Amino acid sequence: MAMLEVNDIHTFYGNIHALKGISLTVEENEIVTLIGGNGAGKTTTLRTISGLLSPRHGQVKFEGEDISSTPAHELVYRGITMVPEGRGIFSRLSVSENLDMGAYSREDKSKLQDDYDRVFQLFPRLKERRKQVAGTLSGGEQQMLATARALMASPRLLLMDEPSMGLAPILVENVFETIKQINKDGTTILLVEQNATVALSVADRGYVLQTGEIVLKDNADNLKKDEMVRKAYLGID
Amino acid sequence: MSESNAEKTVKPLDTFRIVQAIIAVLFVIFLSWRLYSVISAGIYGPDTWLRFTISGLIIGSVYSVIAIGYTLVYGILFMINFAHGEIMMLGAFAGYFVLEGLNGLVVDQAAGVSFLDQYQILSVILAFVVGMVMAAIVGYYLEKIAYRPLRGAPRLIPLISAIGASIFLQNAAQLIFGPKRRTYQNPSALTRSVGWRIPISGEEVILTYTGALTFVLSILLLVGLYVLVQRTRFGRAMRAVAEDKQTAALMGINVDSVISTTFVISGALGGAAGVMWGIQNGIIYHYIGFIPGLKAFTAAVLGGIGNIPGAMLGGIFLGIVESLGPAALGIDFQLKDVIAFSILVLVLIFRPSGILSEVLTEEKV
Repeated sequence: MAMLEVNDIHTFYGNIHALKGISLTVEENEIVTLIGGNGAGKTTTLRTISGLLSPRHGQVKFEGEDISSTPAHELVYRGITMVPEGRGIFSRLSVSENLDMGAYSREDKSKLQDDYDRVFQLFPRLKERRKQVAGTLSGGEQQMLATARALMASPRLLLMDEPSMGLAPILVENVFETIKQINKDGTTILLVEQNATVALSVADRGYVLQTGEIVLKDNADNLKKDEMVRKAYLGID
Repeated sequence: MSESNAEKTVKPLDTFRIVQAIIAVLFVIFLSWRLYSVISAGIYGPDTWLRFTISGLIIGSVYSVIAIGYTLVYGILFMINFAHGEIMMLGAFAGYFVLEGLNGLVVDQAAGVSFLDQYQILSVILAFVVGMVMAAIVGYYLEKIAYRPLRGAPRLIPLISAIGASIFLQNAAQLIFGPKRRTYQNPSALTRSVGWRIPISGEEVILTYTGALTFVLSILLLVGLYVLVQRTRFGRAMRAVAEDKQTAALMGINVDSVISTTFVISGALGGAAGVMWGIQNGIIYHYIGFIPGLKAFTAAVLGGIGNIPGAMLGGIFLGIVESLGPAALGIDFQLKDVIAFSILVLVLIFRPSGILSEVLTEEKV
């Protein structure tokens, strides 16, 4: 049984039919990526899975249970956490208060210290700046903080929306190294990216979205070789 | 091209600045002239000034407690809960009925001593607890009925709903309790206008027990609230919801329940302010929430709406200015409301984001 199973979901914004029957699966310990251009429905798909939106038709199943209409704040307790687009840092709170917010749903307070140590090990920069107000961090540091904060919830499935957005190429590389590391440590990842090159370099499998539909799915290596993907998303003729 | 555009956008701002400066200068000249003539005429002795300051601190502390109710809700929903004054009024009524009931409850048949006089501290505590609980319940349902269905609507719409709720609650209170003015039944230790006598320059200024109770209780509530917001898990959830509801939900925070709880806390503070108002001023009726509500709103704007320490300081500042103002300007005391609302206008002209707001942002950066 797949960890996450999305069956033919249709999501609307008012009357706008944003997702026209998306189906996908994520197996435990995988990194799966959704790639596609602006307006393809990548973010909407993630928001539907995370419970911020609910699908009008279709079904989202997590570990066999239907979560289509479960609100986001309950899904956190079940093990799904999302790093939202634009990072969603609490800019008026300090770095450590942001991390505390990430641990809001934790009931096993005993392991909390280990998790602080773990995220500070992953992101030593955050340890230096833990007293600083989060709004004053650089873009790269904010991405680290958003990721670290999500990890504080100790998720089994981590949804990441455009972690490379607005970052310098060198930082993008760092971010994706960390994503690989997080996955190795046992967290399943569903990743949305416009930057298909880096996304496919870390992912096991990928789906290509176009105007609310999946037009292609395959393992990452095959997608990298695919004619259409190369032209449209990798910028290679 | 872009340069000429920049000039065009700067120009109207400059005229606005000039108008602001003229108003400010005229205002300062007027103030200094009035103040000079009042002080040089020596109309009031130091005892009178002290008396005004004390009464300003007391009324100001009540404004602070009400203002926090506005600011908490604004901080989270970006709407002005104009029915907050009515919540305060309903809290005052709840406390009134408790004290009335306990006064009627005779515990010592032989001597005819009532519960109210026998257990004075307990009676006052009961009045506050019931007043706060009732007001909290009203706040909870107010949000559920009048504001929650409008959550996604443009900001003006819940505001209109709030004004409607305010009128509804006022009239409901008139219908249920009748239009008559009722006298708050204080226990004998809290007899109004009795208190400590402070001798000053040959005169005596009375610091009333009711006033002291009001002031001390207000400060305790404000400190308690500050601790709640800054130090507790719920406070952190509240600040997160205030900043970004969607991300807060992604942290596992139930946004709806945080909003409900905010209304409960805001209502409880309003209820406490209502009971204080009753104990301090003695007379309550269905309309008492309106003016203090507006004043407290002014105080919240003065301190920077959405800013908790700002609302506290704004309330106390407004109370003092309103109390000292008529004397300092040598005008009629009934014009104190004019002073309070002039401050609202002046703040909106000169610093719409409130007095504390800029200091705090600088500190944050």
